[in-house]
Amino acid sequence: MSTIGAAITGIGQSEIARPSSRSAMQLTVDAALAAMGDAGLTAADIDGVACWPGDNDNGNPFSPVGPLALKSVLGIETSWYGGGYEAPGPLAAVIHAAMAVAAGICNHVLVFRTITESSARQTDRTASSLANKTQGRDSSYFWQWYTPFDVRSAVNIIATYAQSHFHKYGTTSEQLGWIPVTLRDHAARNPNAIYRKPMTIDDYLASRMISTPLRMLDCDVHCDASTAIIVSRADAARDLRNPPIRIEAMGSALSQPWSWDQISLTEMATADVGRMLWSRTDYKPTDVDTAQLYDGFSILTLMWLEGLGFCPRGAGGEFVAGGKRIALDGELPLNTNGGQLSGGRTHGLGYVHEACTQLWGRADGRQIRKQDVAVCSGGGGPLGGALLLVKE
Amino acid sequence: MQRKLPLLTPENRAFWQGGADGQLLIHRCRACNRWFHPPAPVCPTCNSLDVGPESVSGRGTVVSFTINHQAWTPDLSEPYVIAIVELDEQPALRFLTNIVDSPVNEIAIGMRVSVTFLQCEDVWLPQFRKEAA
Repeated sequence: MSTIGAAITGIGQSEIARPSSRSAMQLTVDAALAAMGDAGLTAADIDGVACWPGDNDNGNPFSPVGPLALKSVLGIETSWYGGGYEAPGPLAAVIHAAMAVAAGICNHVLVFRTITESSARQTDRTASSLANKTQGRDSSYFWQWYTPFDVRSAVNIIATYAQSHFHKYGTTSEQLGWIPVTLRDHAARNPNAIYRKPMTIDDYLASRMISTPLRMLDCDVHCDASTAIIVSRADAARDLRNPPIRIEAMGSALSQPWSWDQISLTEMATADVGRMLWSRTDYKPTDVDTAQLYDGFSILTLMWLEGLGFCPRGAGGEFVAGGKRIALDGELPLNTNGGQLSGGRTHGLGYVHEACTQLWGRADGRQIRKQDVAVCSGGGGPLGGALLLVKE
Repeated sequence: MQRKLPLLTPENRAFWQGGADGQLLIHRCRACNRWFHPPAPVCPTCNSLDVGPESVSGRGTVVSFTINHQAWTPDLSEPYVIAIVELDEQPALRFLTNIVDSPVNEIAIGMRVSVTFLQCEDVWLPQFRKEAA
């Protein structure tokens, strides 16, 4: 039984558009009000605001709205707030919120994540390129080691992980492709997904090569969206509108260097995170009813499946091949809203939103049968965090 | 778009400018003798401050690679090869680089390579080419 003492009590999401005509702040407010309303709370009840990464780069479309701005706009009086990129990946804000609650600092933390990469790409095709990470000469401790060699996108580095996995374990494109193909089938049942037209493994194999062995359909789809969730203190969660979804365990470990070319090329941070997650609970991977695992690129999901112990190390290709195991009626329904690959790159918090949607039985045409336990993970390379969620 | 170049610092200068003298300079700890990268003012293994750049053989092995086919900007001449090369001096001593002067379909994990330098302004990018048999 968890000792964290934190639970998710409400969720909300803006429209997911490509692009949206609504401003970044409007999308954020849409999501935040929806989440508070879902929990049965108002701004007066919220005493913490958390975001990953927050607005740390002058309104950059990767994260145009930070906790300070949202706190001000909604008139929230906080005991604590926080953001920042240097944390265990896209789920870090949930982990931080749980810490704030566990420390007794907050009762209800509004956690959110806004992204407007689709709008940004209307005017600048390279808006999310790594070459734009810094102005002028690159002075960052890490990025300077990749961009001089014409690494222009994260896909170039992630592709070296894929190549490594293919080489070490015999994983093939014919196996990997079942992740995007299956997730497209899930997206077809989700009215909010960006890409809903069914596709086959042949469509996948025919899609354009971006950076070997990764194709266009291995990459997630940019969108404009905001997602929010409420993390509440366990004893403050019980009287609210929804059955609390307990944060049973968290994985946030990194035992390797924080550098995309120094980390394990076939595990990344997933194994460190997985070991920590399962060491803090009596639940086992076989208890999990659905997995919402980071799919910024398909190969990352495959590595999360292994790192979190859903299949043996190196057996991810075999596990996903054919798509049956990861389908909505399979042994481990995966990214049931279509993930970021077809649903839209909500970047992290979308997985938590979908996990709660499933656990609360609100997933309509894509609802899974058993709905008690979910795992979410976020990140690739040295960024990695995971949550084990249990409905009370 | 020209190559995005690093800002030179006391720690990284040797790595980025060693090529001016035809040398690949990697940081090494004089207390425990371990090599490490990226360069830093302290050894990540023993935390000794007695560290500094030393010349390596420039020979290594491709541990992974990708062939970039995407035309991110018009100035790029894709396909080109991004690789991670492990140096002979120590297991897991590696960095991200390019493999040049070989047809892209000949690049493979395990391929033996040696360093070559591409000068861009005041930076000498350590790239690698297939080692002669």
